[in-house]
Amino acid sequence: MTVSLTPQSDQPGSPLQPTGWLRYFSFSVDHKVIGLQYLVCGFLFYLVGGALAGAIRTELLSPISDFMPRDVYNQVLTLHGTVMIFLWIVPVVNGAFGNYLIPFYVGARDMAFPRLNAVAFWLIPPAGLLLISSYFITGAAQSGWTAYPPLSITTPASGQIIWILSVLLLGASSIFGGVNFIATVLKLRRPGLKLMQLPMYCWAMLGTSILVVLSTPVLAGTLILLSFDIVAHTGFFNPGLGGNVVVYQHLFWFYSHPAVYIMVLPAFGLVSEILPVHCRKPLFGYATMVYSIMAIVILGLVVWAHHMFTSGTPPWMRLFFTIATAFIAVPTGIKFFNWLATLWGGRISLNSAVLFSCGFIINFVLGGITGVALAQVPFDVHVHDTYFVVAHFHYIVYGGTVFVIFASIYHWYPKVTGRMLNEPLGRLHFLLTFIGFNLCFAPQHWLGLNGMPRRVAEYDPQFAFINQISSAGALLMAISTLPFLWNVIASAFRGEIAGDNPWQALTPEWLTSSPPPVENWKGEAPLVEEPYGYGIPLDQIDLKAASGSDLWSSGK
Amino acid sequence: MPIPSSIVTLVLGMILVLGGLWIGQNVNLLPTDASANAPVYDELFRVLFSIGTILFIGIVGLVLFSLVRFRRKPGQLGDGLAIEGNLPLEVFWTAVPAIVVLFVGLYSYDIYDRMGGMTPLNHGMDHSAMEHASLMSDGSTPDGAVSEADSRVWGGIGTGMASRADGIAPVPIEVTAMQFAFLFRYPQGDFISGELHVPAGQPVSLRMEAKDVIHAFWVPEFRLKQDVIPGQPTVLNFTPTRPGTYPIVCAELCGPYHGGMRSSVVVDEPESYQAWFNANNKLEVSDA
Repeated sequence: MTVSLTPQSDQPGSPLQPTGWLRYFSFSVDHKVIGLQYLVCGFLFYLVGGALAGAIRTELLSPISDFMPRDVYNQVLTLHGTVMIFLWIVPVVNGAFGNYLIPFYVGARDMAFPRLNAVAFWLIPPAGLLLISSYFITGAAQSGWTAYPPLSITTPASGQIIWILSVLLLGASSIFGGVNFIATVLKLRRPGLKLMQLPMYCWAMLGTSILVVLSTPVLAGTLILLSFDIVAHTGFFNPGLGGNVVVYQHLFWFYSHPAVYIMVLPAFGLVSEILPVHCRKPLFGYATMVYSIMAIVILGLVVWAHHMFTSGTPPWMRLFFTIATAFIAVPTGIKFFNWLATLWGGRISLNSAVLFSCGFIINFVLGGITGVALAQVPFDVHVHDTYFVVAHFHYIVYGGTVFVIFASIYHWYPKVTGRMLNEPLGRLHFLLTFIGFNLCFAPQHWLGLNGMPRRVAEYDPQFAFINQISSAGALLMAISTLPFLWNVIASAFRGEIAGDNPWQALTPEWLTSSPPPVENWKGEAPLVEEPYGYGIPLDQIDLKAASGSDLWSSGK
Repeated sequence: MPIPSSIVTLVLGMILVLGGLWIGQNVNLLPTDASANAPVYDELFRVLFSIGTILFIGIVGLVLFSLVRFRRKPGQLGDGLAIEGNLPLEVFWTAVPAIVVLFVGLYSYDIYDRMGGMTPLNHGMDHSAMEHASLMSDGSTPDGAVSEADSRVWGGIGTGMASRADGIAPVPIEVTAMQFAFLFRYPQGDFISGELHVPAGQPVSLRMEAKDVIHAFWVPEFRLKQDVIPGQPTVLNFTPTRPGTYPIVCAELCGPYHGGMRSSVVVDEPESYQAWFNANNKLEVSDA
């Protein structure tokens, strides 16, 4: 930045970087390229994770273990969890949208550390391939994505070690990204842009990145100790050598509960960007939204032991973690009521982005209600480690975050490609996903309450019918991907030209061309002090725009 | 004259609350209750289910209503209303959930207490733990590095309350979990059974230990679960009430045959339990 080169020509970037499609396979330092790399790479892993989920649901069609060998089933469920969490949701809601949007939102030309950013992305493909190839080389880890010792110490070591290596690489990637987001949001803001003028997604990413930086190193340390136990026969977690298995659970959940917020807080931020644009209303309660994100960050760090209510934790600890966990419902509730208030009185376009966002609200509310119930020790003691928890968790991460990922793709696709997605196909995608998802996971609440534990390849035959319904829902979810894939691929070539700002949005990423140039804007970055300045003040309803019934209902 | 919207809202709210309460009380999602704390659990479940139903239906209703009422109709232009926030409203929907959560927390604390969860570990459990310790002390220290002196016994939920009230000593049973089975040893009769037999109406105290990896002892009909942890004995107390045969399920991933790690608990009438016990008893003088 020493030479004051304003990017005037259409030839992007330095000649050292490849330009055409090849740049998506290069060590590009352009935040938009890296964002898309994250998104496409994450989506490919989503297809892998989805295929694994399909294998699980096929096995569970019948109460006996007949589709695959039992140890393979455990490998599949371990890979499913790890792939979906570490290779799809975390990289996409953080890495993909964070990289694409945050520099726009703060008025910067790129992230604070572009090379670190590229390194963070390029850790993911090798880590993911390592993880998946472990299945073909030595057999993957089979102790679940939680890798509780002593099971993880006694199952075949090679798969478990590869799993640890892979998760360590992904954790490093996540930390690099987190550091970068914190620095970008705090230090790279355009002069004149105040913190409380930032779009909500910046706040969500700031909160998320704080959690990433504080908790991911704990996971890394824990997994390194676990790998010592496996390869060097140390005794940190090995009870045969005087280790303590419950300590591992504390350390693991100290990361892995915040990980849930690492997965949902960015989604909260994205929804806060999407709804105001399509409702043509300001985001309701900006300040309370910011404070509730920070409250979730703080509370999220002190609730981990609610995953361990049956592990033999002392009563006072159970009580503390019950109350702390239940109180997360308060800031989360504030966010949901604010979104409802954003919808209220809007001029809502019922497009795919809004439908997926509202699907998210409905699914997440159900997941949140079961979450508050699960926080209660006596309730949890019955349903812990059952399909009730499986249902709850998928309502949070799939019904919540994945729905938001789809909403975001429908919302930002025109910006990224310059072309619109096909709206009817998008609605079909929503319909199939929403029905399939609820058909798949809602019955699992009942399964858990009535005695089906999680992570089993065989189960009591009385649960067969409900499991078959659940599997039918999973099939529908798999089918729902087809219209989406077709839509995304076909629209890239033949979609309607979108123009710079098809949604008439006010946030800075829309105040440039579609797709945006390298370094984001030609000339100076716009200063957006009111990212949500939509809407008509009550006293000046435009007579030409307002319909008759509006005037009638407002009493004129 | 149209009905004022405040009255419509009030009526809808009342229908919602009454409907939610009705659903919470009348839709049964749980299996039969077969232990003394299961009805207590079911009470908590009904309260949570009612509150959850009211919230869920209310919010889904609001979303659907907004999507229909405030949708952009064909040909409509322009924005919605520029409402940026409303402080009293924010305070309202911060305070109400906080109060509900606090109420639920206190209520579940009470339930937890009634289920015996708050009994101090080295006090309330003393009785059974000591008894176990004395029974264990004849030579068979658990393997691993845990010595008798510093072995902390961790308690699960579930109560020996009945025993304190009625002065009935709980039936001590030693549970060993291993890949992929549960073994039940009756120290009073010095025999091992693959199936758990317990007398109805009498408190039972399980002292559980795992041989290899973590397992979890779960009886859905008792609404009780406790991890069985290697190197860390755990105690689970309960009082079975309803005679019958119920599944014991391992709820913690423990290896390839985790799904097949099931057993059953038979709750017998006290007389038939005694008969079963005497038939298996290997000690010459029964002290039961």
